[in-house]
Amino acid sequence: MANKRHVSTTINGEPKEFLCAPHESLLEVLRDNLGLTGSKEGCNNGNCGACTVILNGRPVDSCLVLGVEVEGAEVETVEGIADRNELHPVQECFLEGAALQCGICTPGFLVASKALLEKNPDACEHTIRYNLAGNLCRCTGYDKIVRAVQDAGARMAESN
Amino acid sequence: MIKNNGNGEYRVLGTRPVRHDGADKVTGKAVYTADVQLPGMLRGFILRSPIAHGRIKSIDTSAAKTTPGVHAVITSADMPDVGDKVADLGEGAVNLKYLSGNVLAQDKVLYKGHAVAAVAAVDIHVAEEAAKKIVVEYEELPSVTWVLDAMQDDAPLLHEDLHTDSMGAKSENPSNICTHMHFEKGDIEDGFAQCDIVVEREFKTASVHQGYIEPHASVGDWNEDGRLRIWTATQGSFTARQQTAEVLQIPISDVVVTPCEIGGGFGGKIAVYLEPIVGMLSKLSGRPVKISMTRADVFEATGPTPGSYMKVKLGATSEGKLVAGEAWLAYDAGGYPGGMIGPGCMCVFSCYDIEHAVVDGYDVCVNKPNTQAYRAPGATQVAFATEQLVDEIAKQIGMCPLSIRQLNAAKEGTVRVDGPKYPPVGLVECLDALEDSDHWKSTLEGPLRGRGIAAGFWFGCGLKSCATVTVNHDGTVNLLEGSTDIGGSRTSLAMQLAEVLGITSDDVNPMVGDTDSVGYTDVTGGSRVTFATGLAAYTAGRDLQTQMISRAAEEVWDCSPDEVTLESDGRFTHNDESKTFKELAAQLFKHGEPLVARAAVSPENPTNGFGVHVADVEVDPETGKVTVLRYTTIQDAGKAVHPSYVEGQLQGGTVQGIGWALNEEYFYHDNDTVANASFLDYRMPTMLDLPMIDTIIVEAANPDHPYGVRGVGETPIVPPPAALANAIYNATGTRMEQLPMSPPVLWKQLQTESTEA
Amino acid sequence: MVTVFIPAQLKEMTGGVTSVEVDASNIRQVVEQLEQQFPGIQQRLCDGDNLRSGLQVSIDSVMTSRGLIAKVQPGNEVHFVPAFGGG
Repeated sequence: MANKRHVSTTINGEPKEFLCAPHESLLEVLRDNLGLTGSKEGCNNGNCGACTVILNGRPVDSCLVLGVEVEGAEVETVEGIADRNELHPVQECFLEGAALQCGICTPGFLVASKALLEKNPDACEHTIRYNLAGNLCRCTGYDKIVRAVQDAGARMAESN
Repeated sequence: MIKNNGNGEYRVLGTRPVRHDGADKVTGKAVYTADVQLPGMLRGFILRSPIAHGRIKSIDTSAAKTTPGVHAVITSADMPDVGDKVADLGEGAVNLKYLSGNVLAQDKVLYKGHAVAAVAAVDIHVAEEAAKKIVVEYEELPSVTWVLDAMQDDAPLLHEDLHTDSMGAKSENPSNICTHMHFEKGDIEDGFAQCDIVVEREFKTASVHQGYIEPHASVGDWNEDGRLRIWTATQGSFTARQQTAEVLQIPISDVVVTPCEIGGGFGGKIAVYLEPIVGMLSKLSGRPVKISMTRADVFEATGPTPGSYMKVKLGATSEGKLVAGEAWLAYDAGGYPGGMIGPGCMCVFSCYDIEHAVVDGYDVCVNKPNTQAYRAPGATQVAFATEQLVDEIAKQIGMCPLSIRQLNAAKEGTVRVDGPKYPPVGLVECLDALEDSDHWKSTLEGPLRGRGIAAGFWFGCGLKSCATVTVNHDGTVNLLEGSTDIGGSRTSLAMQLAEVLGITSDDVNPMVGDTDSVGYTDVTGGSRVTFATGLAAYTAGRDLQTQMISRAAEEVWDCSPDEVTLESDGRFTHNDESKTFKELAAQLFKHGEPLVARAAVSPENPTNGFGVHVADVEVDPETGKVTVLRYTTIQDAGKAVHPSYVEGQLQGGTVQGIGWALNEEYFYHDNDTVANASFLDYRMPTMLDLPMIDTIIVEAANPDHPYGVRGVGETPIVPPPAALANAIYNATGTRMEQLPMSPPVLWKQLQTESTEA
Repeated sequence: MVTVFIPAQLKEMTGGVTSVEVDASNIRQVVEQLEQQFPGIQQRLCDGDNLRSGLQVSIDSVMTSRGLIAKVQPGNEVHFVPAFGGG
């Protein structure tokens, strides 16, 4: 019988503490312990990106991170992208550009796109495709996602 | 008096409003089934067969049942015996014995991954550990996964009581061949005798999966009042309700299904897998139970599309007129009967006016997961065959591939091989649009680069839909409908209602209801929602306007109803006075009854969606890799309600077709178990594999819808493998006869051909 | 009179006849008329009181889900075709 570990971390800028078993993934902790169900499970083995979160500034598949690994770390999830009631440019551009159909891959794409654009708001089409290749979408064919990310980059650059 | 909408200029249709569920979907608030949390909820895990074919001799669940934290364990012994009954599920009929057997295996396991037992426990890890303690004794049997092998007399038999059905006549001996279909048109011998050129080839296609990113998930809560509440990822809450009730043998009225937001379906989330299991686990444990499939389970145990063998022959005159066609098709059905052979037979020559044709089709059981519908089910396979033969004929007579298609294109009055004639359809318009397109006019230069085109068709269903419209104080309206929303359809429906009423899309609050709240509505599939549920929304809008005319006459203008005119922009006028919908609605709210309108429709005409694609590729002979350089999808939408979402359907279906063409397949070990049940090795396109997908929407209005809407969702997946095959031929001179045209296969073929040359 | 096309798979029961004219006002009557002319054909097209599952009827190219109760009028063309749905 495994003992649960106590973890202190920061999620979307807020301090959070939780208990988890050593074998529980960060994805499980977010969804089942903390009620943050925005990050999705598509494959549970790091191949689809639906569970993407930012861990200490890097986009990662949260299904490949253990809950205990985020002790003292900063985690950002899709729930933290909007600023209170105001959508972030990447969210606005996804909606205006119809860059989602079923929406299940959208949280992962938003997190990964935001991470990319914060480092590289002028990312060209190839750079976008390369950096987001780890996020699978089955509905859109990716065309509108790429365009939405380009638009978001432009919008973010404008407001800076 | 109601005036028509006039010249087809619209205020709302054709615009691109943000979807109503958008904010929820981009903030993580939207609730998909796996997100559902209920007090006391248990998690379930399913034990599955490790072998491809076997008899279940015994199952011992005692160790699992006594594991701490486990609340219920079930096998098929805990499920009722449904007998040999066929239920009509709206989109087709299903034998309940097969459905129930696929949910939990009865006497045999028919594919690796076939569900055998289920455990409900306090968390997923306890459930999984407990499931491993269940002891199942199998008598392993020889297995078969290739359709032609399964058709042999000495093939391992999956069902000892299955006889081949030939339109009501049964074969004497049992067989893996479930169904034989046969169609004829004209006189085939005469037809081929008239031909100057005849081409014939054999093709094989591998099993491919719908590949939705959301695994199947269901939550069941068997309530203390005897009603079973189900939350599930389904394309059809009403069919899920019916299937669940039938498998559990409880009254349909005792089941209520809430369709959660759904992460993709494409046809694969119509048959139930988990709903009866969570229902039974909940009944036995007294707690709600949630099960979410693992990705491996999704690949190994949910429906891929049929793999196939096809022999197709096509003949033409030296002027390029197609005269005769013959097809022999064998599609695998997976573990249980009921594959997609019917549509395959109907679609093989459906894009062309061919006077003489014979088609034979076979639906064959094999030890693979039970096939399910996958976007235009059965059509992509035959298009891969026929579209290449059309190109081959064109090449032999020196005719342009576009011209030969224009010459022979199906149009109004063309008779399909299964009999019906087409009403006005848009294939010619699509071909003309291709001819005018930038892509077609552009030059493609460079070695090992080629261009290919292909046409495709899907019927597009009507089926049943209901809608209820209620009106708020301020004249905004609520639209309650029953079409589960996989891709933004609630907004397309809101837009159609807004158009008819003369309000904006934002003035409509669309909501997808559960099975207790809204009238019976058939599945979200078959390219039907924007068309049929749109018709329901429109009709409910008209019902509302009729009521308002009558109320305005009585309460506002004190006149007779025919002195009130409904203008084409939704205003109500009497003499010089005029009120907008919102003004009148707000005024009527003050007195008398609230305004509620409804509609129930069952349009029967298919919407007949045609499309043509152009693909430019570059082939790397050292690796066999095909790079898609440029792609254009052209399709007749009748009327594009929300152009962005029509484009999205075109692009999404196209990319699924590209994956099907170039990489996706089920690999099998020697023991007929799936070798690549993960997204790593089941290789779907990533965004790095693709260019932008350009789209051209043709609008050849559908006379059976007030706004001319045709279903669009499925047709885009039909042409890509053929278009890419034709492009590969154009680039390399090699003709591909199997799918996928993956790098090792193409490389080997190029090597072989250059050695032989 | 309604023109009903015999499915190719049932041609063996009609001696090769591919279409017949019948006097009927609904599909049930169409099938009954066919049965009179070609005994045994009803069992191929129907399962008890319903159209065989997997079949649907096309009346002047309109697919109907009403099966045997679907109405027909003089001049209509009737085909029995596989049911299709979609994905």
